[in-house]
Amino acid sequence: MSGFGEAHLEDADETVRVRFVVNDRKVACEVAPRETLVDCLRNELELTGTHAGCEMGACGACLVQIDGRAVHSCLMLAVQADGARINTIEGLTENGAIADLQAEFHRRNALQCGFCTPGMLINAHELLSQMAQPSREQIRDALSGNYCRCTGYEAIVDAIDTVAKARSAGGTT
Amino acid sequence: MSAPLTSLDRPNSYIGRSVPRPNAKRLLAGRGRYVSDLRLPRMLHAAFLRSPHAHAKILSINTDEARALEGVHLVATGADLAKICTPWTGTLDHFKGMTSAPQLPLPLDRVVWAGQAVVAVVAENRAIAEDALELIEVDYEDLPIVVDIDGAREAGSPPVNPGSASNVCFRSQLDNGTVDDAFAHAAHVVEEEFSFGRHTAVTLEPRAIVADYDPAAGMLTVHHGTQTPYQFQDLYSRHYGIPEARVRVIATDIGGSFGMKLHVYHEDMAVVGLSILLGRPVKYVADRIESFVSDIHARDHRVRARMALDAKGEILAMDVLDLTAIGAFSTYPRTSVVEGNQVIRLIGAPYRFRNYRATLEVIFQNKVQTSQYRAVGHPIACAVTERLVDMAASKLGLDPFAIRAQNVIADDAYPQTSPTGYRFEALSHQACLNRLHELMNYEGLRAEQVDLRKRGVYRGIGIATFVEITNPSPAFYGVGGARISSQDGAIVSLTPSGEVRCLISVTEQGQGTEAIISQIVADQLGLAQEHVKVITGDTEVTPHGGATWACRGAGIGGETALQATRALKRNILEIAALILQEQPSALDIIDGDVVDAGTRNQRMPIAEIARIAYFRSDTLPPGTQAQLTVSHHFAPQGYPFAFTNGIQGCSLEVDVDTGLIKLLKHFIVEDCGRVINPMLVDEQLRGGIVQGLGAALFEECRYSETGQLMNGSLADYLVPMPMEMPDIVIAHVETPTADTELGAKGVGEAGTAAASACVLNAVNDALAPLGATINSIPITPAKVLKALKRF
Repeated sequence: MSGFGEAHLEDADETVRVRFVVNDRKVACEVAPRETLVDCLRNELELTGTHAGCEMGACGACLVQIDGRAVHSCLMLAVQADGARINTIEGLTENGAIADLQAEFHRRNALQCGFCTPGMLINAHELLSQMAQPSREQIRDALSGNYCRCTGYEAIVDAIDTVAKARSAGGTT
Repeated sequence: MSAPLTSLDRPNSYIGRSVPRPNAKRLLAGRGRYVSDLRLPRMLHAAFLRSPHAHAKILSINTDEARALEGVHLVATGADLAKICTPWTGTLDHFKGMTSAPQLPLPLDRVVWAGQAVVAVVAENRAIAEDALELIEVDYEDLPIVVDIDGAREAGSPPVNPGSASNVCFRSQLDNGTVDDAFAHAAHVVEEEFSFGRHTAVTLEPRAIVADYDPAAGMLTVHHGTQTPYQFQDLYSRHYGIPEARVRVIATDIGGSFGMKLHVYHEDMAVVGLSILLGRPVKYVADRIESFVSDIHARDHRVRARMALDAKGEILAMDVLDLTAIGAFSTYPRTSVVEGNQVIRLIGAPYRFRNYRATLEVIFQNKVQTSQYRAVGHPIACAVTERLVDMAASKLGLDPFAIRAQNVIADDAYPQTSPTGYRFEALSHQACLNRLHELMNYEGLRAEQVDLRKRGVYRGIGIATFVEITNPSPAFYGVGGARISSQDGAIVSLTPSGEVRCLISVTEQGQGTEAIISQIVADQLGLAQEHVKVITGDTEVTPHGGATWACRGAGIGGETALQATRALKRNILEIAALILQEQPSALDIIDGDVVDAGTRNQRMPIAEIARIAYFRSDTLPPGTQAQLTVSHHFAPQGYPFAFTNGIQGCSLEVDVDTGLIKLLKHFIVEDCGRVINPMLVDEQLRGGIVQGLGAALFEECRYSETGQLMNGSLADYLVPMPMEMPDIVIAHVETPTADTELGAKGVGEAGTAAASACVLNAVNDALAPLGATINSIPITPAKVLKALKRF
């Protein structure tokens, strides 16, 4: 191949080193400045449990925890997350933080294709960390940025409601 | 009505039990394996340059700069791919007279919708491929465009396909009984013109494909987010000239499909060709705007319909004209006329009348193709029928329940043939109507409505009966020449440790196919469900079959599994009988043990039979050859389709100042025959209803006059979100089909079939005291305010 412009070469080659704590482990990677965090997590770090659905913060499939809060990883550049603590569905599964939500989603069949599910779980986890006993209305409101084409949402609301009640009864919140 | 008791109803049967899906735990842990997650060694990425014009001639394409960009491996145009891929045409023989232009992966000289892929770039990564797209220059010359239905039908309208006499793709007419006579003598006639907007599937995972051609082996492997791997194995083989046995299609986890991912897409065919040209794996995942402009859309119907009734409210006749616009091509291989065909054949289906006339006209236009999407045709047929029934009830002063009770085909009057030619084995409209009346506390809702109206609160109550097409036979596609199977195949094996593996041709999209198949296998063999492993979605592993579409997974796939497992059980018991020196008929299998059929006393574990057969065959009588793997196929026979039925109800509130509609509660009574897993059936209904509610209130692909899609993002195209959706109350009536042992029918379309009709009726009910009517879906606030003359 010949004749490619110098400018194009430089654009393609430019990368930045970023460091995060992802799922309690320090990681560093080289990313292009234009690369979104969701692409970095999925491609560089192979954390494919985080999904890209709309690429504009409307569907919630890409939600991850950054410094303890649910954040759209499609709306953030990887370089912006430099220094952050990031938890993805993989980490939250391994440390058991959402085990009760996962078990109840399974029992109640609060998922079908499963593509929205990691984002749903991260948002549900966020809700229950802020509100111990949300009403069904409040659960629906909290999920209003999480799109699910399969379930019609009721089973998801049921599952979160059940976990909220169980956590309150067990005093774990 | 409930199912007669059979062996499937014994205590502890897995049939009829709500067990969770074994395969869902992976997805909950973020361990799904979707095609969009896949990365293969030396994999490259494709991106497509798309047409900015709805209709234009391609004058020239300059790709020199793009080819020169570092990281770019291939830039391919229509001409490049046409050298290796044969064209396809989206017609079927049984739709007499239908036409459609041949299609290629990328166009040679003309684009026919805005968003059509024109040039493909393959690069080291997607970002570089997209950078290269910006370096491609295409010169276009605008051609006259056809956007709306009326424009396409006008005499002298510019042809979407040059050389065609008109923009008509297909015309069909049904005429049964004496329609003109019935209308001439009717006491009452109601008439309306309805419009149904285009909407689309919006699966959360967009279309995704990884094609991997290995020139050394002459082998094509395609990892494809699809419902129908066998269909694509056949198509890739035939259009690229690769022997079928050297084409493998793997459909693993998929982020939603709903019918959208079983059609041939130009980009997908192109990606296969790009991999062949490069001899390397090539991946393409549509981004969201690409999904909006290139996934199939659905609906886009304009229906004029009238209904004749006698003085007492007996329906006498219907007369229907359905115009539907499908884009520039008919979709391959299932066509774009099936929806219209089902609209005109399903209209009036719940009712007894005999005089029916319908005309269907399917029209080309410069938009992306429409084709089969969940509940194909049903929502339109249901809304037209049920709105006319409500209009008639209002004219006659009858309650909506009363007029339906008077006109539905009686539950004891089956079998019946509809005036459109559909044969109904057994439906349960009366039982469903009665059950819904009670379930929704109809009298209570009406009383509340009256009270609230006095305070200026406009509540509406709507009901809609429906008939659903499930378990399709070859009458659906096979007779039209499509190589789309209506049979399924299964291979069941007893493993050496006494577990069962079932490889089956139906596929999983999250509805629970693998779960119900494992329930059926466990139930029929007599072992715990956790000892059954179900494997789906790989043409190299599972037998050829229709896979999952049109509500065939449980009814046809389930029966296949049932029959295969019974055969395996016979084989296991033959060996057991030799070992135990009994007659096979004296033995049974319960919970993994061979038992005496009479006393149920345990004799030996099936694991022991497996051990002997696999490792100590020397201890079996001479001449014994244990057959602990069974392959079995099942093709539906008897009725061409297993029709189901049901009725939905809803309660909603219309804000007459803003036009906003709040859904309060939704109800469904549904009859899908034998229910295998009640929880999964209910979740199919809920998901389906919410898809229908999206269509009713929010979803529409909006186009400009120049054929540009105006709302191709998830911020602009409204989908149902949790806050707007109601809780849904469900009840069942069970009328199993006698065509199979299992007796199951489909349930996937039922929710979507009637939800929008139900809402349409409820909104009109709410607006009735204000003299306003709505005849168009989606029912946006602007339409409500216009109807109220407040906008």
